[in-house]
Amino acid sequence: MRKYIIKRLIQSLIILFFVAFIIYALMRCLPTSYVEAMARQKSMQPGSKSYEEWLAQLSAMYNMDGSIVSGFFQWLGQMLRGEFGDSWKWTVPVTQKFHETVWLSFVMGLISFILELIIAIPLGVIAATKQYSKTDYAISVIALAGISLPTFFFASLLKLVFSVKLGWFDLYGLVGRNYDLLSPMGQFMDKANHLVMPIITLVVISMGGLMRYTRTNMLEVLSADYIRTARAKGLSERKVIYHHAFRNTLIPIVTIVGGSLPGLFSGALITETLFAIPGIGFASYQSMVSGDIPFSMFFMVFTAILTLLGNLIADILYAVVDPRVRIA
Amino acid sequence: MSEKEIKKPSQVSGENTEKKEEYSLSDDRRVKVLSPGALVAKRFFRNRLAVTGMVILIAMFVFSFIGGLVSPYGQDEKFYRYDIQTKDYAGIIHNEEFRYTVGDKDLFKSTVQAQVFLNIQKGNEKFDYKGTTYELEKISDDVYIIHCQGKVVGIASKEMVNSSSNEEKSLSFDMTLASLTAKAKGDDSFTVDGKKYTLDEDGVIFNESGKEIGYVSAYVVRPIMSDVFFTREFKNQLIDAVERGDESFKFTDDNGNEAEYILKYDAATKAWDVKQGTATRVFDTYASPSKEHWLGTDRNGMDMLTRLMYGGRISLIIGFIAVAIESIIGVIMGGIAGYFGGWVDGLIMRLVDIFYCIPSMPLFIILGAAMDAANVPPMIRMLYLMLILGFLGWAGTARLVRGQILSLREQEFMTATEAGGIAVSRRIFRHLIPNVMPQLIVVMTMGLGSTIIMEATLSFLGLGVRFPFASWGNIISDVNDTYVLTNYWFIWIPAGILLLVTVLAFNIVGDGLRDAFDPKMKR
Repeated sequence: MRKYIIKRLIQSLIILFFVAFIIYALMRCLPTSYVEAMARQKSMQPGSKSYEEWLAQLSAMYNMDGSIVSGFFQWLGQMLRGEFGDSWKWTVPVTQKFHETVWLSFVMGLISFILELIIAIPLGVIAATKQYSKTDYAISVIALAGISLPTFFFASLLKLVFSVKLGWFDLYGLVGRNYDLLSPMGQFMDKANHLVMPIITLVVISMGGLMRYTRTNMLEVLSADYIRTARAKGLSERKVIYHHAFRNTLIPIVTIVGGSLPGLFSGALITETLFAIPGIGFASYQSMVSGDIPFSMFFMVFTAILTLLGNLIADILYAVVDPRVRIA
Repeated sequence: MSEKEIKKPSQVSGENTEKKEEYSLSDDRRVKVLSPGALVAKRFFRNRLAVTGMVILIAMFVFSFIGGLVSPYGQDEKFYRYDIQTKDYAGIIHNEEFRYTVGDKDLFKSTVQAQVFLNIQKGNEKFDYKGTTYELEKISDDVYIIHCQGKVVGIASKEMVNSSSNEEKSLSFDMTLASLTAKAKGDDSFTVDGKKYTLDEDGVIFNESGKEIGYVSAYVVRPIMSDVFFTREFKNQLIDAVERGDESFKFTDDNGNEAEYILKYDAATKAWDVKQGTATRVFDTYASPSKEHWLGTDRNGMDMLTRLMYGGRISLIIGFIAVAIESIIGVIMGGIAGYFGGWVDGLIMRLVDIFYCIPSMPLFIILGAAMDAANVPPMIRMLYLMLILGFLGWAGTARLVRGQILSLREQEFMTATEAGGIAVSRRIFRHLIPNVMPQLIVVMTMGLGSTIIMEATLSFLGLGVRFPFASWGNIISDVNDTYVLTNYWFIWIPAGILLLVTVLAFNIVGDGLRDAFDPKMKR
């Protein structure tokens, strides 16, 4: 087991190395006018250095003067030492901005993830136990609709109904207009109020996949021999489903849930942007659109690490949870 | 698919009903034989949900590809409407006070005029002022003639005499006197300096040759701007409108420009403000649904329904091309990896891992922003979008194809192809890939849905398809304006519903196809 984990870790590191290289190379291949435009913009700011100085500094800072390969290794070296540079857009160190935003995204992601589990898994189980019934069709269609729903359209509909027509929530932002006047409890409630719509969006968009996954796996388990045995020996249907079948369905579910845990840190780029929630997703969107290379690079490498970590956790959990799986 | 099994279902059923009894139990013709393809189709069409999805997809294709041809409007045809912009034009007062026309400057000063007013109020016919005696001759309630030292020095009247010609701003005193007198007495003609003039009911003065030279009226019309001269006709119409109590009237000037004039009575100053409304051609933006535009018009005054049709076309084409690119790369890479195994497999699968790991959404956003910075033309941009979407999405397809081929290549028919000495490329692409087709078609159908969503999301953020091209995503992006979100449902709700329904239909059809291809997998 340990050998397997070490092997996978090394493999992941190699993949990460190449992913980082591709990202770096793409950034370098962007039109050169990009850095120039940045330098021009920066030199426009009052009391700033001249355009040439900025250009030289930015080029040196991002090792733009050397070749792509040498520049990449320099950048990699800096990254390994934890130096991600200063964000152009936020004018603070990248890591500082990251700390400011990531926890909000994590809280939002965690709440919606828990809600998603609470809703999707029972519905998936119900759909599987009542296969081909009306309930099953309804749940399947809802799951498919959730997958097919474009985030931005659903968010706009929510805004129209709950913000414009009913006036329950604000259209944008994390805090209301008179946030500073509120008591600590009021401030907490204000933030919670602003997070309701983004969380609903996230839950509705993402629960479809898990629902279908649960249903498929539950059906597979229900057709297994040991379920027939359980029924044959006269157990109640309740006991068969919730004691024998559901526990076995949990194996793939735990795997996929564990695998998606790291993803909670990467934020919800589109949803946060739509609701202007200042989490990591929104911050990185703004950085990317305004050509903030240090922050974008950091965010993309960070996301890649999370993806790899997720895969790793899923594979390891698979072996840990299911005693039938043995890894040499 | 073996050749002998193909028979038309209708023929088969026809034979069955007619000759059922004739066949013996062991007769092959009793058995309805269907090709695997027909079996798949039969299973697919038995699934009502999947058929619904199929119908929706066909409807969407008709809407997008044929609708654009049927629609009377073009993709970027702009519509205009006339918007009336008003500006202050004139003021008009009905004169209720005496106004004085001066005949002799020395004897009829403004102080005397004040005295005249007082004495008219008192009803005196004569008064003294600073040692001079003035006589008031009453012609009517509205017109008094002031005599002094045996001659006429001035007139006090509520009506005024205006000149009709542009050159002379006012008529001579004698003329004024004579016409006011005639008007007050109700005469229709008078003589001044031996010339005869006629006066009609409206108070218009004509000379002998019938030319209009002036008019008598109780209304005072003054222009707001100094360079405007009002024609007699305009004043007539204006006064008519005032007397009728109309709120607006139309008037065409000598140059043929028609304009609408809006009258507004101001009780405080007892005057009417006249506003000139000039029609300006503007884009017919955010027009509500009507007969001409079933779904209204958008921000640029373009027909919404037509935009939706062209938008659907672009969304679908981008989806198809992107999925085609990712499938081609995926099948080639997956096929090679699965067939050869060993280090080739290892290499390609690590490449797949790397592509799997590249965060696609951030990458799209950065590339979109970079294209913005480089001012890439919209058409080229769309091409790039398809290429990028396709090139980043092949990893999943490659993984699927490889997995299938790994199990297929161990089967007997592959040993047979090897024994038969068939070339490697032929073995992969003629014997292995067709067996992967079912799974591939399912994945492609589902992939179409997600690619369309991805494209729409990018276009919504303004980083994908750009104006003047329409796409469902960039049509909805108007919602970013909260006013549109609140007031113009017809701009974004139809596009969102089309998008949702199309993607849903692709997913349902993909699901149905999977069930049909592999009944064992039906769950």
